[in-house]
Amino acid sequence: MSEQVPTDRRDGMFLMTLLPWRATAGIGRSTSGWQVMWWLLILAATIAFGLFSDNERFLTLAIQTYVLAALASSWNILGGFAGQVSLGHAAFFGLGALITRELWLGGRSLPVAVVVALLVTAVAAAVIGVPMLRFRGIYFSVGTLALAVAVFLTAGNLWPGISSLPAEALRAYEFHARYFSALGVVVVTVLFAAWLKRSKIGLGMMTVREDEEAASATGVNAFVYKMAAFVISAVLAALAGAVFGFFSASYYPQFPFSVVWTFDAITVVFVGGVGTIVGPLIGAVFFVTGRDLLSSTFPELQVIAFGVLFILVVLLLPGGFVEGGQRIYEVVSRQRRDSTTPTEAESEGEKQEEKERMDEGHE
Amino acid sequence: MRQLIIQSAVSGLLVGGIYGLVALGLALSFGVLKVLNVAHGELVMLGGYAAFFLFSQMGIDPLVSIPLVFVVLFALGVALYWLLFKFVVRFDIETRIKNSLLISFGLVLILQAIAVFIFSGDDRTIVTGYSSNALVVTGWVRIPWARSAGLVVAIIAAFALEWLLNRTTFGHAVRGTSEDWTLASLTGIDVRRVYMIAFAISAGLAGLAGSLVSLGYSISPSIGLGWTLKALIVIVLAGLGSMRGIVMAGALLGLIEGLASVWVGSAYRGVVALVVFLVVLSFRPQGLFGREGTHV
Repeated sequence: MSEQVPTDRRDGMFLMTLLPWRATAGIGRSTSGWQVMWWLLILAATIAFGLFSDNERFLTLAIQTYVLAALASSWNILGGFAGQVSLGHAAFFGLGALITRELWLGGRSLPVAVVVALLVTAVAAAVIGVPMLRFRGIYFSVGTLALAVAVFLTAGNLWPGISSLPAEALRAYEFHARYFSALGVVVVTVLFAAWLKRSKIGLGMMTVREDEEAASATGVNAFVYKMAAFVISAVLAALAGAVFGFFSASYYPQFPFSVVWTFDAITVVFVGGVGTIVGPLIGAVFFVTGRDLLSSTFPELQVIAFGVLFILVVLLLPGGFVEGGQRIYEVVSRQRRDSTTPTEAESEGEKQEEKERMDEGHE
Repeated sequence: MRQLIIQSAVSGLLVGGIYGLVALGLALSFGVLKVLNVAHGELVMLGGYAAFFLFSQMGIDPLVSIPLVFVVLFALGVALYWLLFKFVVRFDIETRIKNSLLISFGLVLILQAIAVFIFSGDDRTIVTGYSSNALVVTGWVRIPWARSAGLVVAIIAAFALEWLLNRTTFGHAVRGTSEDWTLASLTGIDVRRVYMIAFAISAGLAGLAGSLVSLGYSISPSIGLGWTLKALIVIVLAGLGSMRGIVMAGALLGLIEGLASVWVGSAYRGVVALVVFLVVLSFRPQGLFGREGTHV
């Protein structure tokens, strides 16, 4: 994994420039103003789409993409930054959806419901994290999976009936409110992930991912960083779940707890590029549009075609789309460099700086 | 009440035998190739359909068709290895687990969709002349023949695998490869061939389990992930390194589920089993039957 560090770095650049307190710190020196422009342009386009489109199908697709992108980004903090492959992420997504929806339909205001859901999830994650984070590798994966399935079964037993919005709420159902809350959640999640990645906490997480023993030996408290990743990722997953609970007209309360959500999120992260900021976004767009296109063109074979496509992406692009794009970028820039002046020294300098930052994180 | 408890315990033990059998195959591919094949349950499902159609179309008894199903799934395992897992084992071990998880998840989607396409989504069960026969012990505990076949086959398979791994040259090559494939290939072992055959045996074992599931229980295209999950839990519960231990852990998981359905209610039998699993994992991370210091 260590050879991926420069990749991680360049990817973070895209968003770094959006953060005023870092843009002046000199870290983003190789970021061009064009990248900032691109990000603002995309954001403006999504806002304009929400303002002017009344196409319910496209709005629904966009909301699904945003929820999945936010969920995938939250998984990425635990799985990508801290390297703890959790298979139980759906438990927190479901918890966020369940609490938000129950309180909201019970008459509380939506913001209150969301805040309560996030607080409860944070406490639940901190409590569960203590035994779970003692497990390593495959044990952690299977342990979190077992926990999520137990929660899924329990949710199905306790809330067996369909949860529908009441008639007057359905009549007043407003797509645009859902659209902008989902968009807001993605923006918040991605900005937070980008900030986290550049922060000392994020560096600590990546240190633990690279080599937990070595990190502990140099005085990094691995447990604290893993716990931080676990709780942050759970709370952000609950936030995505809250949007889903707000968005759905009717569903079984057990549904958001389904292990399918975990698998979808992990799929999106790995297809896009694990440990990167843009990866989950690209992956979610690819995943939702791919699924939709295939289901409208080959209704019978869509799942098969999607499975094949997915396997091909994993086999041909093991680092996801971000690494694929990276390779193309490197080939192109190498050609350009050959025709002008060599800048090997510059990239050496970048590596040196990266190393210094990692060392900082150790203290 | 006592009757109910004993009956549930027996039923639990019998289904636990199949948990063990499914886990044996998964443990083999995980232990040797270091790939996590989430589609293992789908292979169980396909094995179940193979046995079902051999019975309904050709009238071959499922207990007789077991070797046939094993061969069919063995061949499928070879094909899957050549198509997919061959590419996965090129990576280093950490990447292998991640990539195999993703690829086999894609495989889950494909195999499930194909099964729905060909076999429809209906539940199917093999109904033979002896399906309702049972051994009745002490007047009231019923041990259905069809279901006890699962436990018996699981035990036989575990001993056969242990014999293969411990007593044959090929088995030594397999163990050497799973310890350290680079060293194994330096000593002249054809690591790729070992990988292929181990994966094919793993698929064949899934086929065995599938034919017993369709005989004693029922199959449908969506049963796969449930069996995979059970098998994963059994493997972690048992710890790698002992085939007998895996079957015992499977039976134990079934027993816990059976008893939980009496004491806590059948809605929570799965939850209780998972909680017990987490508690065991907390106190014995090397598994119940794993050697000290060996980790999955």
